This record gives sequence, structure tokens and C-alpha cells, in this order.
Amino acid sequence: MSDHKGSYFQRDRDWHPPAYTPDYKTSVLRAPRQALLSLDNTISEMTGPVFGHDVLGPRDDDLITNWAKTGDAIGQRIVVHGRVLDENGRGLPGVLLEFWQANAGGRYRHHKETYHAALDPNFGGCGRAITAQDGSYRFRTIKPGAYPWPNRVNDWRPAHIHFSVFGHAFAQRLVTQMYFEGDPMIWQCPIVGTIPDKRAVEQLIAALDRQNTTHMDALAYKFDIVLRGRRSTLFENRMEGN
Amino acid sequence: MVQRLDYLKESPSQTAGPYVHIGTNPNWVEITGVWNGDLGLVLVGPDTKGERILVTGRIFDGLGKPLNDALVEIWQADADGLHNSPEEKRGRADPHFAGWGRQPTHRETGEFRFETVKPGRVPYVDGRPMAPHITVYIVARGINIGLHTRLYFADEAAANAECPVLNRIEHPARRETLVARRGEEGGLPVYTFDVHLQGHHETVFFDV
Ligand SMILES: [Fe+2]
Repeated sequence: MSDHKGSYFQRDRDWHPPAYTPDYKTSVLRAPRQALLSLDNTISEMTGPVFGHDVLGPRDDDLITNWAKTGDAIGQRIVVHGRVLDENGRGLPGVLLEFWQANAGGRYRHHKETYHAALDPNFGGCGRAITAQDGSYRFRTIKPGAYPWPNRVNDWRPAHIHFSVFGHAFAQRLVTQMYFEGDPMIWQCPIVGTIPDKRAVEQLIAALDRQNTTHMDALAYKFDIVLRGRRSTLFENRMEGN
Repeated sequence: MVQRLDYLKESPSQTAGPYVHIGTNPNWVEITGVWNGDLGLVLVGPDTKGERILVTGRIFDGLGKPLNDALVEIWQADADGLHNSPEEKRGRADPHFAGWGRQPTHRETGEFRFETVKPGRVPYVDGRPMAPHITVYIVARGINIGLHTRLYFADEAAANAECPVLNRIEHPARRETLVARRGEEGGLPVYTFDVHLQGHHETVFFDV
């Protein structure tokens, strides 16, 4: 049994989207078809890079001003805040979050973007944060717009913010998206629809949080992120046994 | 009634999409000045211990077209087999080696390329040594959940033959999908690791 001490809970592949989801057409040629090789966690996956606050710039957590040239970015000002937890419910400190999004009109600042909505000269669309001791994080941005995308002829993405998350181990690495409470377009989106279980989709919908608005400045949304949990037996015991 | 288990569920994955670089490599998509440099571009410095190598490759879709919009991360041990991570309990890794790198695939050719060092051997869960390897993580438009795989080295035939992870792969031909071929470029060994998402040569991906 000492083989498994401290390893991460097996990923629930029925909670995540499968690779092959034909309504999201790009997945058809990019989905592996063979079974994944199940692997006990080794040290290669139970370790992972850690990023210190020295990587952050002073305005990484404020997308309203971090690329501003002549004034603030245009749009509904919001604070996004929450905690990064593991499946045991523990807050995870020192987690690097990277986020990116379209502007208030739904337009990305990217060479592959083809949507007609205007660029905002004061909005870049990227930000970063590192979680505090209790797993909490916070940033300020504008609410992104919905946008059309080339899939079926009339597919639109609901408003969303993309997140990339580094936990304490490479086994916890996660990329996901945050949606906004009350948006009817969530339930029409083929990318959201890759997630089989409605309760799993609901886990990605941030709640409007009137308790954390900023006076005369910004609305607030609360978004918690859960990374894989870990068996309670200490990793150190395993190493002493070797 | 029994007591309730109160575990949370992991947040479900969603695709990184075509614009992932805005969040990970903003300078590469001309969003400059927000942060100093994109993370993960450089793994080694003048003081890094170990044999310098280049790692390159492409990621092919089911029709053999290289992905020109993917993001590739690598994670590996240093030359002595230690990881630069607080979770590494066996010793202190080379402080001059990050162990983690990240590159977008090239806009035209789809190629990724890292300058790194050849990793040392790391023990498997039962203590047997695994062959030297680099963990590879791929996200892109059309990939709903990030893909984990491993790069092994063609010139480590003896270590590969006894690697407990490679030997978990039932079909020997599939093991070969993880072995990067060795060449030379500008005096450095270059290992080419082509990833096939589908087809006869589909790469082995891991549920780690
Ligand atoms: Fe998006």
C-alpha cells in the first residue's frame, strides 16, 4: 500500500468532457481514439512548477488598466474573486492563475480573430494572480461580450473568461472557462455542451455576488475552482520507505 | 442513512481555445508591456548542470496536418533526476534549472522547440528507476481536456527496455510512439518528438 501514499484522486473522466464531441467540430480530428494509459502517480506528476510573486507585475490583476493607453477599458466593470480548493475542500496557496478574455464587444486581440466587433484600444485581455494562504484570489476586469464562432453557422459563445491553473503538482494542471450567472446562452453552446453532466456545467458558472461589489466602481462575481485532491497519507512516509 | 462524504468535484475542463496565447504568451501575440516576458520560454542558463539538448516536434491531427495553434508545456527532472518543486522530497534540484517550459507551436510550421538538459532517472512508485523522460502537456482548440504524454530518448534503449511505465503499454509498437529520435543540430543533440493525435501512429496519452 505504501506505493500509493499521497497520490492524487483519480480524475473522474465522466465529469470532464470526453475528447470526441462531434457537435464541437474541431474535436473530431483532434480527439485521441485509443484508451488513455492509466498511470499511478509517479514523482514526475506529483511535483510541479511553482511561481513566486516576483513573476507578477503590479497590474496583472487589473485588466481595466493593465493595457490602457488613453483611459480605462470600456465595459461593465466587474471584480472576479473566489478560492482555489482541492477536492478535500482545502484552500490551495501559491497557485498561479492565468486568465484571458474577449473585450466588452466580444472581440479578442489576436491574429486569428475574425469577428467584426471593434477592438478596444485600452483592452489587452490578459491577467494573472497567485492565490493567498487560504486559496483566495481576486482581479478586476470588464465583463466580456458574447461572440460568434465558426462551428455550425449560427453558434455563439456565451460570455466567458478562460482560466489556466497550476496546482502544486503537474497532475493538477487544469484549463477551464468561467461563465456568468443568468446567461441563457450557456445552455446553447456546443463547447459548454461537451460537458456531459449539467451539475458539472453549473460548477463553472460564477455567481453574482452583491456582497463584494466595489462602491460606485464594479459588480462582483464569485468563482471557486476545484483541483484534484490528494490521499491523506503523507508523501514523506513513502519516501522513507524506499 | 450513512454519513455523507463531503469531497468536492474537480472543476471540469474546457478547451483552451484558439486564443490561449493571450493568457499564456501575450507578448507572442503582440500584447506587450503587460508583463515582462512570457513564462517558460527559457529553461537553462549558463550555470545549469547537465547535457544540453534540443527538443522539437510537431503535433499532427487525424489528417496529418500539424497544429499551428497549440500550446505545449514540458516538465522534467534535472540532470540528477530531481525536480525543481517544493513537492520534491528526495533532495534539492539544480537551482539553475527551471524544469518547466512552455511554447506555442509555430504559426506556419506547427513546430515547438525547447532548449533543455537531458533529465536523470526518477524512481517509479515501487522504487525501480524509470527511463529518463520529459512530461509533455498539450492544450489547443478542439482538445477538451489537456493531453498528458511522455517523451523518452532513442539513445536510452537499455533504460527504456526496463522502464516500468513503458512496459505498462501492451503493444510494443505503441511504446515507440513515445521515443524521440536523436539527431544533431549546431553541435547539440536534437530529439524529435512528433505527436499523433489519431491514426495508426497515435501517441500514447496518459490518465495520470
Ligand atoms: Fe473564448
